[in-house]
Amino acid sequence: MRIALFLTCLGDALHPEVGRATVTLLERLGHEVVFPADQTCCGQMHVNTGYQREALPLVRHHVATFEPYDVIVAPSGSCVGCVRHQHAMVARGADDERLAERAEAVAARTYELSELLVDVLGVEDVGAYYPHRVTYHPTCHSLRMLRVGDKPLRLLRRVRGMTLIELPEADQCCGFGGTFALKNADTSTAMLADKMRNVLATGAEVATAGDASCLMHIGGGLSRLRSGTRTVHLAEILASTA
Amino acid sequence: MSTFLGIPAPRGVGHLRGDRPFPDAARGALADSQLRRNLGHATRTIRGKRASVVGELDDWEQLRLAGSALKAATMARLDEHLERLEREVTARGGTVHWARDAREANEIVTGLVRKAGTREVVKVKSMATQEIGLNEALEAAGIETHETDLAELIVQLGGDLPSHILVPAIHRNRAEIREIFLRRMPEVDPDLTAEPRRLAMAARAHLRERFLRAKVAISGANFGVADTGTLLVVESEGNGRMCLTLPETLITVMGIEKVVPTWQDLEVFLQLLPRSSTGERMNPYTSAWTGVTPGDGPQEFHLVLLDNGRTAALSDELGRTALHCIKCSACLNVCPVYERTGGHAYGSVYPGPIGAVLSPQLTGVEDNASLPYASSLCGACFDACPVRIDIPSLLVRLRARHVDEQRKRPVPTPEAIAMAAASWVMSSPTRFAAAEKGARLGRVLGRGSGRIRTLPPPLSAWTASRDAPRPPAETFREWWARERGGAS
Repeated sequence: MRIALFLTCLGDALHPEVGRATVTLLERLGHEVVFPADQTCCGQMHVNTGYQREALPLVRHHVATFEPYDVIVAPSGSCVGCVRHQHAMVARGADDERLAERAEAVAARTYELSELLVDVLGVEDVGAYYPHRVTYHPTCHSLRMLRVGDKPLRLLRRVRGMTLIELPEADQCCGFGGTFALKNADTSTAMLADKMRNVLATGAEVATAGDASCLMHIGGGLSRLRSGTRTVHLAEILASTA
Repeated sequence: MSTFLGIPAPRGVGHLRGDRPFPDAARGALADSQLRRNLGHATRTIRGKRASVVGELDDWEQLRLAGSALKAATMARLDEHLERLEREVTARGGTVHWARDAREANEIVTGLVRKAGTREVVKVKSMATQEIGLNEALEAAGIETHETDLAELIVQLGGDLPSHILVPAIHRNRAEIREIFLRRMPEVDPDLTAEPRRLAMAARAHLRERFLRAKVAISGANFGVADTGTLLVVESEGNGRMCLTLPETLITVMGIEKVVPTWQDLEVFLQLLPRSSTGERMNPYTSAWTGVTPGDGPQEFHLVLLDNGRTAALSDELGRTALHCIKCSACLNVCPVYERTGGHAYGSVYPGPIGAVLSPQLTGVEDNASLPYASSLCGACFDACPVRIDIPSLLVRLRARHVDEQRKRPVPTPEAIAMAAASWVMSSPTRFAAAEKGARLGRVLGRGSGRIRTLPPPLSAWTASRDAPRPPAETFREWWARERGGAS
């Protein structure tokens, strides 16, 4: 299958390892990965902070960039959530019905990584080997906007050599929330403190999730504490081999 | 889209806005270790109870859909239902008053209590009367108020404000309650312990005397059935029923959104409400009364219908869904922000996720601008809401309305400038790639550890408690171009 990678702006600029892992994984499974080089950002930060007018050119750009592709994947529940639930809304807010329909068509072909693997490609065992103790944090938007359910866990359970430890109070938000982490930094940090307490209680060396943004938050806290626990994106674990 | 109704709708006044923005008010609450422990324990307990009783019903999702549809249909013809309610209450011996805002409602109620010739009233737990600050208005007129709901009593005796819609004293633990009772109940046994039964008995003795003495009771209403002019209060303790039946005069203050067309609608709401709020299959007491029944219960009944910003909220197509709220507070109990800050930080009697969308709509968003941002948009509230109010989408919409208000200022805010710049950069791949190259200068910061420990404002808010990743030596698009030879 020919799959277009929508890496997200954060992935491109700050976490290229997530994109490289996604490419490695999908190619190993026998698929062709293309990277539409015009891609920038889905505009979620603008939408969620209230700047819908500023989000409009980003939505227009995203739709134009990904329109030619039949299957689009992003290693981010949050950005797929924005594409699926917000792009058409932004277009309609600007009275651009044509753009809204095009955005809906692109959204219908856009998948979060675990959705693509389990639902579209029909694989759970991706042939990965990762000899570490790992705990999994289900990110809010993958859980409640996309309803990925246990798909990421089904993928992780088939990874060889890995010990998967259940995270207590897993479905609680880590406190990132985009600009929330800056505007309400104290509350965000209090939420992070509880998330880190639960991660550390598992004794895992690695906390994983399907969103580089939430991992940047949890990982930023864990590294500030010199906790010795690190964050690794789901794609990187699934891309690892012996 | 908003509908203009011909005359400007009145703004909500009363206890709907704090004097400090949410982030400032939250700071103090977050540092209070006792509060954090009390809230964490209480919300976790209620969450567990709710999840277990909701899990018992196979048709929970259908019930939610029905609740949402009933509310939407009711709001679409609210005027007709309210007039029907007025006609039916009047026909059955009650008197209906219309209050544009908190001030009018307080004047009406104060006048009615004075007319009844008494200087004290007993109260049933009610959000509407908390919203309008009725107790303060009555006290200012020399009328003593006695809250009779146990938690409201604790709040009142402690000189405190409610911090939760359903459990107003959620921020207090047993030891603190014992202390309040010892300080403020003159007749209490000095050997009172913090055992829940002993505390309840002390409150019971304190209240019983007031129930028997009171000539006037004041209540809110969970529902007003237009068809028959019947008002309903659901509660756990039975103290509400004492107030609703013993005094000679009953005054009910009800927000106009609480009307339901028929008794049949209650079939849905009386299943949704107790399971969502207290985590019970059914609440212990459901009291319903219709006008005045000669020789039985209060012989004078007044219904005060309160607008206080509701019509203004109703004029917004999406915003009006916040008025569907049945005040169960399930969204508070699942909210990670509420669990850590408690209710006082919101500055409104309606805290938590629903408060963050309801309060700014009642007062006008420019008057409560920090509340729509008091959420990480995690979505737990939407999942828990028994009438499916899409609170995250409402929050985003209110943020946009605030930003649009800010655009009217002659000088743009620094945030608006940054957002416009980011939009300009990110709508072009060339500009975005150039910005990525620029960000690489940040690599000087994280040499050694590979992590950035300090950044300048506004990003200092991040690095105050979290490290930031060091920009990579090569972005993904550069790697792709190098490895795969450029564009696809």
